[in-house]
Amino acid sequence: MPMRALILFPLMIFLVILQSAVVSRINLLAGHADILLVFLALWGLQERADVWPWAIAAGLLVGFISGLPWLVVLAGYLLVAALTWLLRRRIWEAPLLGVFAVTFIGTLSMHSITFVVLKLSGNPQGFTETLELITLPSLLLNLLLTLPLYAFVRDLAGWVHPAKETL
Amino acid sequence: MKDSFARNLQTTIILLVVGGILALALGGYLRSASNLMGEALVAAQRWVSSRYLAIQDFLTVPRDVASLRERNAALESEISRLQGQVVTLRQQAEQADILAALVDFTRTNPESAYKAAEVIGRDPSPFLHYVIINVGSNDGIRRGMPVVTDKGLVGRVDATIADAARVQLITDPAISVNVRLQNAQTDAVLSGSVSGDIFLDLISQDVTVEPGDVVLTSGLGGGYPADLLVGQVVNVRKRDYELFQQASVQPNVDFSRLQIVLVITNFRPVDITPLLPATPAP
Repeated sequence: MPMRALILFPLMIFLVILQSAVVSRINLLAGHADILLVFLALWGLQERADVWPWAIAAGLLVGFISGLPWLVVLAGYLLVAALTWLLRRRIWEAPLLGVFAVTFIGTLSMHSITFVVLKLSGNPQGFTETLELITLPSLLLNLLLTLPLYAFVRDLAGWVHPAKETL
Repeated sequence: MKDSFARNLQTTIILLVVGGILALALGGYLRSASNLMGEALVAAQRWVSSRYLAIQDFLTVPRDVASLRERNAALESEISRLQGQVVTLRQQAEQADILAALVDFTRTNPESAYKAAEVIGRDPSPFLHYVIINVGSNDGIRRGMPVVTDKGLVGRVDATIADAARVQLITDPAISVNVRLQNAQTDAVLSGSVSGDIFLDLISQDVTVEPGDVVLTSGLGGGYPADLLVGQVVNVRKRDYELFQQASVQPNVDFSRLQIVLVITNFRPVDITPLLPATPAP
């Protein structure tokens, strides 16, 4: 991991603060976007970027402030990292379609894990209303959030992992 | 000699004519003529002056545009600064209103001790209805303490760290609050939902519940103090084949605009779990 990648530590903390203070307040029905999930999806698809430590960091940070069990959050972000790892070998230069695919499957996976764990712990949430009020609106917001973050993450990855001829 | 006489005569005539005109003018006989002449002169002067000013304006426009642009930019920056001040002052006024309402609430409910806190965030997961406040265990906040505003019950402290605490709202699907209906004089259990709406359950079928009934905490179970305002019944669902009635409640607190809350610090929740009868194994 290059030294420049350390910039991602404060960036992750900033994203967690942004998520809690701003993004969580922008609701569509009962859902809202997950900026860390989208960031991990975008970062994981960048060439030479290492996503695993940042997925762990995001899981621990969000697990610390969220009421959800931290293992649920960690498992969700690791799943997103795994998706990017699987997809990166099959696509070239992280096209937007791949990012959308990871965001889509990652959001559904994250929400599925959360729903199952909450249901097992006795939370009386119905599947249909959860899907209609939380998951689908969150999915839409995550996909919308992908577009403005795409260019930023691409530039950041270019700065952290510069191409060999520019070194 | 003849030339000298003629010149004298000419001079005399001129003097006489001038004197005559002066005499006529002094006598007021030439007023209309002088007025006419004055008007003509003023009109001519006005015309010349306006043309001169127009030409002057035309010649000095480029310089004025530059200075006007500078002035405009300065005024626009002043307007931006003042608009920023207006926004800040509005926010401060809004906060002052909220704080005044909270102070009124604490004065009318002096039996409790309160700690004011600012809402600084929400739970990152959309599945949970929690907020994060900026007071924690360093300020004497403990798990289970009720959280209110001047409008009514907000929730209770779920977890604390040194300088912050997480509050579970009464709209959270996992929460249960023992409440009573003020008019119907009956107890019920209040629950949240994923949509943020709150409902009453376990209302006896014998009781008549009307829309508009006030919902207050009952204090049963020891989780919350009694008589905290929660909201009003909006509609009632009563079916003959069900054991209990249900009702939806309009909360008094606007949870989407929570800014400042009060934590009731002198209330210690009672854990009655050991007193509950053990469920026999099937």
